[in-house]
Amino acid sequence: MAATPIPLEVRNIKKRFGETEVLKGLSLKAHKGDVITLIGASGSGKSTFLRCMNLLEQPDEGDLLLHGEEIRFKQTRYGREPADWKQVVRMRAKLSMVFQSFNLWAHMTLLENIIEAPVHVLGQPKKEAIEHARALLERVGLTARADAYPAQMSGGQQQRGAIARALAMNPEVMLFDEPTSALDPELVGDVLKVMRDLADEGRTMVVVTHEMGFARDVSSQVIYLHQGLVEEAGHPKEVLNNPQSPRLKQFLAPKY
Amino acid sequence: MLDISTWFNDILAGNLIFTAQTLGYYWEGLVTTTQLVFLSLVIGLVMAVPLAVLRGSKHQWIRLPIYLYTYVFRGTPLLIQLYIIYYGVVFVDGIQESFLWPLLREAFYPALIAFTLNTAAYTTEIFHGAIKATARGEIEAARAYGMSQNLMMRRIILPSAFRRALPAYGNEVIFMLHASAIASVVTLMDLTGAARFVYARYYAPFEAFLFVAAIYLCLTFAILYFFRFLEKKLLAHLRPLS
Repeated sequence: MAATPIPLEVRNIKKRFGETEVLKGLSLKAHKGDVITLIGASGSGKSTFLRCMNLLEQPDEGDLLLHGEEIRFKQTRYGREPADWKQVVRMRAKLSMVFQSFNLWAHMTLLENIIEAPVHVLGQPKKEAIEHARALLERVGLTARADAYPAQMSGGQQQRGAIARALAMNPEVMLFDEPTSALDPELVGDVLKVMRDLADEGRTMVVVTHEMGFARDVSSQVIYLHQGLVEEAGHPKEVLNNPQSPRLKQFLAPKY
Repeated sequence: MLDISTWFNDILAGNLIFTAQTLGYYWEGLVTTTQLVFLSLVIGLVMAVPLAVLRGSKHQWIRLPIYLYTYVFRGTPLLIQLYIIYYGVVFVDGIQESFLWPLLREAFYPALIAFTLNTAAYTTEIFHGAIKATARGEIEAARAYGMSQNLMMRRIILPSAFRRALPAYGNEVIFMLHASAIASVVTLMDLTGAARFVYARYYAPFEAFLFVAAIYLCLTFAILYFFRFLEKKLLAHLRPLS
């Protein structure tokens, strides 16, 4: 049977930092068009889980599959490592990550930031990349800031620029690591709006967030993590409106 | 042309020290100093870039020898290094028969070697520090966007580190210019050598040395302005919009 391959699948990921086991066996399947939000308290492992998906952290156990292609690992003296870094580089180019602290390259203008990876990693012609970048800048409302350096932009502008940088790769899956946590409250809305548009056009996304409104309205699946394990998962309406576990109930309760 | 030379002669007329001949010495000294400093800086820079990258290698047997080299050359006086190379090279077995001897016999090349090794050591450490200070998030972004180690080094880490190192490197250039004065102790007729010659000949310390000090000052300001210009261009990303 030729089932359509799943863009991103992770199985039974385990990760320990020294003595502490932070991920105790987590799995996730992102089908095309899925928006999966990971929620949970600090230290629940949600960011680490996301960072295992593009191997910014090396999982100690578990499998990682992109479009059915499995990432190969080998055991070394220092622990488990990818067997073929070329495969990892190729795979990362299909997963774009948006970071909490934006992480735009400070010595490049916004436009240079956006075309950097398409030109030098994907080998796109520069002219084409610039055209694409300009279209993306228009989309995130930053046409006027193309030649600004990151330090000259507000946090919200930087994050929307970082999303444009992620989109320029034509990624199969976009990973968002708390994209609004470092922003002033009045800037959060612009970024969430861009993310909602992306969800609406059918992008596959995995989002670590504290924005419950976004999780409720936009995602197709919510996963609540607690101490490195899935405590509750499912459709946002069920999980967020009718939580079963006492911990999730407490997590969602108004804080004041 | 005639106007200038008569004007020149008028100024020099009645002046015992600054004759066309002594000015000629100073001019030759300026040429020697410029050549010596410029060449040692360029070669030192070319050496320092790969050394700075390898200085951060995770393999001890790459990292440690480089550290040892920079430690020794930064930990000992340049004058001693110059003495060792200038006086010591004669005693290297077979050196006097080798094709290098005509070069090494001159004072210029031993001085060039000493200055180059010295500035390369300092520059390696300046760049290494700048590389280490690259923002972690920017490196993570480069990895997350599928860059290989080499590509990341070439496109992200080094361009950002060079910019960060620019002010410190500008100081190193000025330091080398001033340090080059010690080349005169191994008989090299650089600027300081010329000044010493004029001093000895006329026994006029103030004229001989104040004049050469003024030349060094002009060179320093030229370097300063060059780096200020570079910083304005390359460090634009660190300046907030006013």
